[in-house]
Amino acid sequence: MEKIEKTDMIEKKDKFTIGNLDLYYGDFHALKGINLNIRPNEITAFIGPSGCGKSTLLKSLNRMNDLVEGCRITGQVLLDGEDIYGDMNVNLLRKRVGMVFQKPNPFPMSIYDNIAFGPRTHGITNKAKLDEIVENSLRSAAIWDELKDRLKKSALGLSGGQQQRLCIARALAVEPEVILMDEPTSALDPISTSKIEDLAVELKDRYTIIMVTHNMQQAARISDKTAFFLLGEMVEFGETDQIFSVPKDTRTENYITGRFG
Amino acid sequence: MRNRFDRQLEQLNTELIEMGAMCERAIEGAVQAVLKADIDQAKETIQLDHEIDQQEHDIEGLCLKLLMQQQPVARDLRQISAALKMITDMERIGDQASDISEIVQTVDVQKFAHELDLASMADAAVRMVTESVDAYVKKDLELAHRVVAEDDIVDAHFVRIKNGLMLHIMNSECALDLLMIAKYLERIGDHAVNIAEWVEFSITGVHTSGE
Repeated sequence: MEKIEKTDMIEKKDKFTIGNLDLYYGDFHALKGINLNIRPNEITAFIGPSGCGKSTLLKSLNRMNDLVEGCRITGQVLLDGEDIYGDMNVNLLRKRVGMVFQKPNPFPMSIYDNIAFGPRTHGITNKAKLDEIVENSLRSAAIWDELKDRLKKSALGLSGGQQQRLCIARALAVEPEVILMDEPTSALDPISTSKIEDLAVELKDRYTIIMVTHNMQQAARISDKTAFFLLGEMVEFGETDQIFSVPKDTRTENYITGRFG
Repeated sequence: MRNRFDRQLEQLNTELIEMGAMCERAIEGAVQAVLKADIDQAKETIQLDHEIDQQEHDIEGLCLKLLMQQQPVARDLRQISAALKMITDMERIGDQASDISEIVQTVDVQKFAHELDLASMADAAVRMVTESVDAYVKKDLELAHRVVAEDDIVDAHFVRIKNGLMLHIMNSECALDLLMIAKYLERIGDHAVNIAEWVEFSITGVHTSGE
């Protein structure tokens, strides 16, 4: 793995700048006037009851909603100041902004090929280079030691927790800048959950992580910033410590203390 | 939603009110023992202190159970952590009432106590304790602030009594004992201030100790 330059870690500019973002699924107004700046090298958690728009917002950060029929977006999403709904190549956007889903979704192929899939798509064919990427990605996802002797085995034979870390490794293999995680631990047991959480905290030095979670304690444990969504609106955004100790909005308070949702 | 948790928090409140009432009874009992040189009353107060200790353990257990089971956040977390801090001060109030009662068992300080109006100081200290617990129960920030301000009254009583005793200290050991009692009451006022500060934290999330 390349040595990370100090300057990368103290980058001051926002990674994402979201301005007046509205999103409609047909007639349904799913996101309403979202304004949000996401800092680099931090974990930002999106929380809120089901249907509040948090996953929709997450998916609009790498244009996954483009695939949804009837989806219409107005407003701005800037990645390092560049409009992702402008001229940006969607494939390159998704290389820069990777995604990990709720249910681990390894491809039905070997562990090695799962990781090499993205780099190959982006034109890397050199065996030695691919070997290096596979090892580095698995190491970064804290799963190299467990898998190094079975790289040629099918990824489908791994446990749920291992599959999810493999999916994170697969996302890392194309050297993204941002990793979107959509409830990455909701299908995992507590030990695997704890490993993914530790991993997220480790990875934030090199990546920007945005995570949708239904687990309040998870958001409180690992995120730096938390955004609370309700009915398509962003109700409150702030330091996680503040949100979970002295939330400013009564709706945030009522949600995180389990009074509704 | 969360009926059980709300019931448990309600129970925590009830137990705290009970502990606050026990503290008030302990101070009043101790002061009555002083004013009437009533050794039986002193013994009762010492017994009451043991009950206050037990109540502290019970509330502590309840708080730890709530932290473990409910993993509270925001105002729930503040309420429970404030409760944990408040009971430490309440327990100390019980100790000081007990210490006063111990003195009564060995020395008769009745004369000086009446002469120097210890009752007024005790009233002021009890009022602070009562109000600090009331402020918690009613989530009354203004009342919590009032408790902090009232500490000056108790402190002034202490200075007044100390000055009154100065002339007697060379001639009477009782004078020193009454000074100790006044000091215990003064400390009780400080504990009430601590409680009030935790009440403020529980309401606002800000603890203003030392400001």
